[in-house]
Amino acid sequence: MEIFTQLLNALPGSISQGLIWGIMAIGVYITYRILDVADLTVDGSFATGGAVAVMLILNGWNLWLAMLMAFIAGLLAGAVTGLLHTLMGIPPILAGILTQLSLYSINLKIMGKANQSVNVNQTDLLISLRWVKEFALHNPLITVGIVVIVLIGALYWFFGTEMGCGIRATGANLNMSRAQGINTSFNKVLGIMLSNGLVAFAGAFLAQYQGFADVKMGQGAIVIGLAAVIIGEAIFSKIFKNFALRLLSVVLGSIIYYIVVQAVITMGLDANLLKLLSAVIVAIFLAIPYWKGQHKAKHMVKAKGGKQNA
Amino acid sequence: MLKITGVEKTFNPGTINEKKALNGINLQLNEGDFVTVIGGNGAGKSTMLNMIAGVYPVDCGSIVIDGVDVTRLPEYKRAKYLGRVFQDPMTGTAADMQIEENLALAARRGKPRTLRAGITAKEREEYKELLKILDLGLEERLTAKVGLLSGGQRQALTLLMATLKNPKVLLLDEHTAALDPKTAKKVLDITEEIVSKNNLTTIMITHNMADAIRVGNRLIMMNNGKIIFDVSGEEKKKLTTADLLEKFKISAGEDLNNDRMLLS
Repeated sequence: MEIFTQLLNALPGSISQGLIWGIMAIGVYITYRILDVADLTVDGSFATGGAVAVMLILNGWNLWLAMLMAFIAGLLAGAVTGLLHTLMGIPPILAGILTQLSLYSINLKIMGKANQSVNVNQTDLLISLRWVKEFALHNPLITVGIVVIVLIGALYWFFGTEMGCGIRATGANLNMSRAQGINTSFNKVLGIMLSNGLVAFAGAFLAQYQGFADVKMGQGAIVIGLAAVIIGEAIFSKIFKNFALRLLSVVLGSIIYYIVVQAVITMGLDANLLKLLSAVIVAIFLAIPYWKGQHKAKHMVKAKGGKQNA
Repeated sequence: MLKITGVEKTFNPGTINEKKALNGINLQLNEGDFVTVIGGNGAGKSTMLNMIAGVYPVDCGSIVIDGVDVTRLPEYKRAKYLGRVFQDPMTGTAADMQIEENLALAARRGKPRTLRAGITAKEREEYKELLKILDLGLEERLTAKVGLLSGGQRQALTLLMATLKNPKVLLLDEHTAALDPKTAKKVLDITEEIVSKNNLTTIMITHNMADAIRVGNRLIMMNNGKIIFDVSGEEKKKLTTADLLEKFKISAGEDLNNDRMLLS
């Protein structure tokens, strides 16, 4: 019973984190699902977003302007990965790792040291975990919740435009896209940019939420993003067919992920094991469709063999 | 409409796998020409089409479409002038996208893709009418994912997409080869109907010699990266498959070695 109360108490915090990481997970969805590329830049660009936002806020910038700059920093990081891939022919995973590694240095340079804090007592912030139970606009649940809805709306619109359809076609079928006059290289770069822009934007939110930016804050972000995408699809793919609802399911997946994490920690799991646990869960979920496919193939061979014998 | 001059292509040059795929191709197509292409395995038929489409760069020679030298243009830029249907029904359409979305992508071929709507209500009505021509019931399934369609339906849709913007040249790369005979006939019938209605300049690779003779106004035969036989008009109409095999033997000095062709 006590655990239950603890969980309930922690719920607003878990949902807030889930919402923030949900924006990040939408970024992962764009590369992983729409563009069909596993982009590892995100581990670096998430921290870049946090670093840029925190430094600009410390320098007295307007909060939303700081968020916008974090988004732009993410776009640039994505552009680097995209160009490494399309212009220099480096496989996308490796291109992402190269950018991610270089971003570690860049993030250190942006902040001047490994982490920088923004004290909510001294600086005005958009959100903070301190306000998570307040009924006010700066409650992360409300601010990030509204932002998530606006973002989903904007992405729904964008992926319905000619340009957005070009990105989707590029991810769906390269040959067909080129035959229909779509510049697939350009669209890959565009998609990876947009993805990392969103990831950095989420990093900027998280830095404010936790009161600091850290060069390691994006470590394993890709796994959390994938977990959110996969959990969201596993639970909602049957009922959510519309594109906007699919994006929403990614955010819900992220929220569920954080509630589950909170639950297992409350129940006494060593928090140090958390990343291992996340990786195992993602690995299993990624394997399921593969196993299903193999099972099916085996079945078909058996059925055919049976006929021949008869 | 299409002028290919001295095009050569060697794959894996300087290695043990070196393969001269095209060995000096010269071909000129007039507006409205419908050329069928036959030839043995590895004769360079598909390579020739891929060269026209810009899938790989040519080693030498030039390709001019309707007065525009496209030799150095990347594949996606040449798409403006071309309509293409591939052998594999999976290649020509995006399985994860809806029928109407696929058509809308094709409708924007050769135009800059802006932030305007990817598909409009007016287009939907047009596509509905267009799909009726196919007579496959697709007009009722505009929002269905293309991945749910059969191979024949997908090829028919690809054909519609390829011809939606009246291409300067339509390239058909054995587009009925992966289909069962009945569906293949249906797709070929639709092809002839669309081509003649729009008077499209067309190159069609086929492994079916009877089709190659019956369809179109001109026939070319390829071997070892060269065009070894080119016939049109009345002379073409009078051909028989036996003639073609004989012609091949004379020109190439060996028997035609296209397994699929001999079986059909």
